[in-house]
Amino acid sequence: MGLAKRIIPCLDVTDGRVVKGVNFVALRDAGDPVEIARRYDEQGADELTFLDITASSDNRGLILHIIEEVAAQVFIPLTVGGGVRAVDDVRRLLNAGADKVGINTAAVINPQLVADASSRFGSQCIVVAIDAKQVSVAGEPLRWNVFTHGGRKDTGLDAVAWAKKMEQMGAGEILLTSMDRDGTKIGFNLDLTRAVADAVGIPVIASGGVGNLDHLVDGVLKGHADAVLAASIFHYGEYSVEQAKRYMAQHGIEVRL
Amino acid sequence: MSSIAVVDYGMGNLRSVAKALEHVAPDARIVVTSDAGEIAQADRVVFPGVGAMPDCMRELEARGLRQVLVEAAQTKPFLGICLGMQALFEFSEEGNVAGLGVLPGKVRLFPREEMHDTQGQRLKVPHIGWNEVHQAVSHPMWNGITNGARFYFVHSYYVEAGNPELVAAFTHYPFAFACAVARNNIFAVQFHPEKSQAAGLKLLANFAEWNGTATNLV
Repeated sequence: MGLAKRIIPCLDVTDGRVVKGVNFVALRDAGDPVEIARRYDEQGADELTFLDITASSDNRGLILHIIEEVAAQVFIPLTVGGGVRAVDDVRRLLNAGADKVGINTAAVINPQLVADASSRFGSQCIVVAIDAKQVSVAGEPLRWNVFTHGGRKDTGLDAVAWAKKMEQMGAGEILLTSMDRDGTKIGFNLDLTRAVADAVGIPVIASGGVGNLDHLVDGVLKGHADAVLAASIFHYGEYSVEQAKRYMAQHGIEVRL
Repeated sequence: MSSIAVVDYGMGNLRSVAKALEHVAPDARIVVTSDAGEIAQADRVVFPGVGAMPDCMRELEARGLRQVLVEAAQTKPFLGICLGMQALFEFSEEGNVAGLGVLPGKVRLFPREEMHDTQGQRLKVPHIGWNEVHQAVSHPMWNGITNGARFYFVHSYYVEAGNPELVAAFTHYPFAFACAVARNNIFAVQFHPEKSQAAGLKLLANFAEWNGTATNLV
């Protein structure tokens, strides 16, 4: 027995509340972040990811307070992403109690930020978040591009090549979201996940599309993901994290029970 | 009231370590400090750290903390965590820098060519996640913690102890490496007890009560 595959509930946070959307829009309130974090901790979540999806910079400070509050009560790793633009943002989040910081749009605008942040704080706390969308048409070999600005802007960058570049720049982990699948509940994009997971030597967290427990199993066994992230199946009580882990264990996946 | 100094040298998750200690030892006075005097006066010292070894050593020197840490590591219950464990050794391959040299051994990068499991699957570096901690000795710090319990790891370098008797626990990734070392009043771990839920909190609770003697020679 060795390293367990991780299950990571994801909390999209805006205005101090947890919300969940479909294809990055149509947000629905899912509750108080501290309360939800505590519940997932009790259920055996291996980590928690908070994405600050606040569009305006006015409410940016809120996420710091939330992280402080969660970190004082929940003793598992916390990742925070959203709106990270500078090394100083990384420092502030780590000081608030985050263990890892996700960088997305800013990495595309300035890849050096990933190098600077990882050499300052260590690769282990720098997660590069990639939002990828299929751009190949039927009959073509599969291709995915990196999108930024909450999924609105096509960067023209190939997602697999970008993941490799981010690894070279010092990223310690990749959080890979399929925009085509996000919120759809039809399962991870396994081709995308496997293409990226097999291309890099750093861990890959699969995200986007989980609707049932078989999707989590597939993410690991077929997508080769090191960790699986999901939001709505946990937020609305369809499954507990513990149920998900037991199901994965029944399918031969090593988990922390 | 007993006091625990959490050494602040600008390297990472001090707040998490302090919060976890406050949680398990509400009667202790937890001080996050970079003051050599405060560290010298504390009953117990926690030397945490995340980040890179060259920065770690530079920050320790810049803050004038080398001597007080070496002294604390010789005299009172002392807990090294992650980088704080690695820095106790003589040398690190990360930046090829000397550590504090309190313990014999060196810190090595996981060798890329060996990183695959028994089925040939590639193992990723950093080693991130929950892995099993196999206790190699009986020790007061393991009280109430199941042998083989999972703790949270996040690191790319590991300790190769110069003396096998230092090893208090090992973890497989994919080979056995020392994830905990112990000598006299020193206990140091590669994993993050402050992020390892119940098992981690128990280890920190044990530290808050530990008198600094190893009873592992039963």
